[in-house]
Amino acid sequence: MSDRVIRVLIAKPGLDGHDRGAKVMAHALKDAGMEVIYSGLHQTVPAIVKMAVQEDVDVIGLSIMSGAHIPISKKVMDLIKEEGLDRVIVVVGGVIPAKDIHVLKGIGVAGVFPGGTPFEESVNFIKENVPSRS
Amino acid sequence: MGVARYIKDDKDRIEDVILQSGIHIKPLYTPEDLKEVGFNYTKDLGNSGEYPFTRGIHKLGYRSREWTTRQYTGFGTPEDTNQRFKLMISQGQTGLNVAFDLPTQMGYDSDDPMVEGEVGRVGMAIDSLRDFEIAFKDIALDRIGAGLTINAVASIMLAMYQAVAEKFGFSKQAISATPQNDILKEIVGRGAWIFPVEPAVRLIGDVIEYSIKEMPRTNPVSVAGYHIREAGATPVQEIAYAIQIANAYIDNVLERGHAIDEFVARFSFNLDVFGNLWEQVAKFRAARKLWAKNIKEKYGAKNDKSMFLRGIFGGGGGGLTKEQPENNIVRSAYYALAAALSGAQTTALCSYDEAYTIPTPHAALISLRTLQLLMDEVGLRDTVDPLAGSYFIETLTKQMEAKIVEEMAKIDKMGGMVKAISTGSIQKEVARQAYEFEKGVQRSELIKIGVNKYTGGEQGEVELHEYSDTSAIEQIKSLKEVRRTRNGKEVASSLKALEKAARNEENVMPYLVDCCKAYATVGEMTSVFRNIFGEFVEPSIF
Repeated sequence: MSDRVIRVLIAKPGLDGHDRGAKVMAHALKDAGMEVIYSGLHQTVPAIVKMAVQEDVDVIGLSIMSGAHIPISKKVMDLIKEEGLDRVIVVVGGVIPAKDIHVLKGIGVAGVFPGGTPFEESVNFIKENVPSRS
Repeated sequence: MGVARYIKDDKDRIEDVILQSGIHIKPLYTPEDLKEVGFNYTKDLGNSGEYPFTRGIHKLGYRSREWTTRQYTGFGTPEDTNQRFKLMISQGQTGLNVAFDLPTQMGYDSDDPMVEGEVGRVGMAIDSLRDFEIAFKDIALDRIGAGLTINAVASIMLAMYQAVAEKFGFSKQAISATPQNDILKEIVGRGAWIFPVEPAVRLIGDVIEYSIKEMPRTNPVSVAGYHIREAGATPVQEIAYAIQIANAYIDNVLERGHAIDEFVARFSFNLDVFGNLWEQVAKFRAARKLWAKNIKEKYGAKNDKSMFLRGIFGGGGGGLTKEQPENNIVRSAYYALAAALSGAQTTALCSYDEAYTIPTPHAALISLRTLQLLMDEVGLRDTVDPLAGSYFIETLTKQMEAKIVEEMAKIDKMGGMVKAISTGSIQKEVARQAYEFEKGVQRSELIKIGVNKYTGGEQGEVELHEYSDTSAIEQIKSLKEVRRTRNGKEVASSLKALEKAARNEENVMPYLVDCCKAYATVGEMTSVFRNIFGEFVEPSIF
């Protein structure tokens, strides 16, 4: 870990507008000393990845409540690879059934934090898994 | 219900109870408390059916009519949803509450590249009148009212509902729809907004204005404090914001030259039952009184009916847990009890599996039976406002009233609700409350059974409603068929007329009805508005 403040993009992909969880996480990560950028609602995957590049973030946190977490996460992972953003880790939160967690990890999502996950767990995970930068 | 803070000593004796609204509950209430809050029966309550309607808007309450049950229903294709509607009606459900998928709520057709993976997922997919013909087939639209849970494009959906009713032989005067049609709460709490605030509020006004002239049984707006509460607001804020949002719509219709008594009696509310039982009951009673006062004193209404707070008080989804899901059946039963003790006209519950999935028929029927049980077995129809006169409830109702008034004054100070929402002030406050609540749960200061207390034991199983691509594929096929077989000229000319009306600030509703009858699609009609109005840009709140 370097001393650089971790930068996180909290993103709401797709059409779903339930952003309570996204905003709560934004608050929690800020309180844990991270810099948080919130994408706002109704973002497309290319727009999210573009924002991640522009904001030079270490983490993309996707908040998905609609049930479409697998196809959306897959698109994000594909585009990240295409853009060569290998140092950015992707985490997913929202309404995620337990059986889908390994599917998400299988496509390259680093961590999955369904609603109700203690803040500490997500915060520590991010701190431990963000690659250090020189 | 796990949303009050309990201060205890080391022997688990409760020293203080602090409600989410900030009110402290005492261990004992006596006539002294009523004196202290200045309680006056005639002024504060009156009998049921009498101003200020604290005890209920109808003299005989549930004796004259039991509540309407309206489970939120819709998924997949219109065929799938039509079958579920019929199942629920055959089991005694007395109203419909239609769930649309996100593409429909956001004004996109099912084959739009923006909506891949979302068609039919969280509600049913509607592209054109053809879909409504299937969804409402064999349903007596003159007897069963339908709530249309849609906001940004509520105008389109109400027009389509009129079109389908007329096609089935029901006049627009005979049908009763309740389009949610509350865009300001979408911006605060639910996120299905499209257009900037000003034109979005104008569309809300168009629906209200059209309904009062053409669809007298329709409730053209259901002001939804529910979603604001679910997004994090306290019970006090829920009511204060809902009343202030309703006032913004009233102002829009008044500006068009209509008198308050011409239209406001058709307003309805959608409020949340989630929280401490006593706080909920006091909230609803205070809300009825404050709405009546608001309409009478601020707007000078003369007609009693204009002052009625009518509403669906629905069990809050936010209170349910993924953990030990069967507990949600019991939780929801208590929410329903709170709604009945508060005199809800209409009600619905989230089903026990809804923290995970679209409810199975089994889960949806348990919710319906829970509501029916209260009316038929438990005794909630016996007498009006049964908790009235309790030293505790009356004190709490007065305290809630004072807090709501205080919160409403904050909005006035910000320049009204439209302004407070445009700048993001309300969204910021709601997000802050949501964070405080979540911290409270994580620190076990707010108790949730199965989440931070009694977490062991059997977790129980939930049967997942699996989303299938087949529905989307079928829906897109059917949409293409509609586009191929409709009269293209008629579609083009009706859309052109709609565009002209939208630009000239005419009421768009009659033009939308024509578009729907020509089988113009939801995406085509919304595009007309998108091109003229543009899209809302969220104010930054972080």
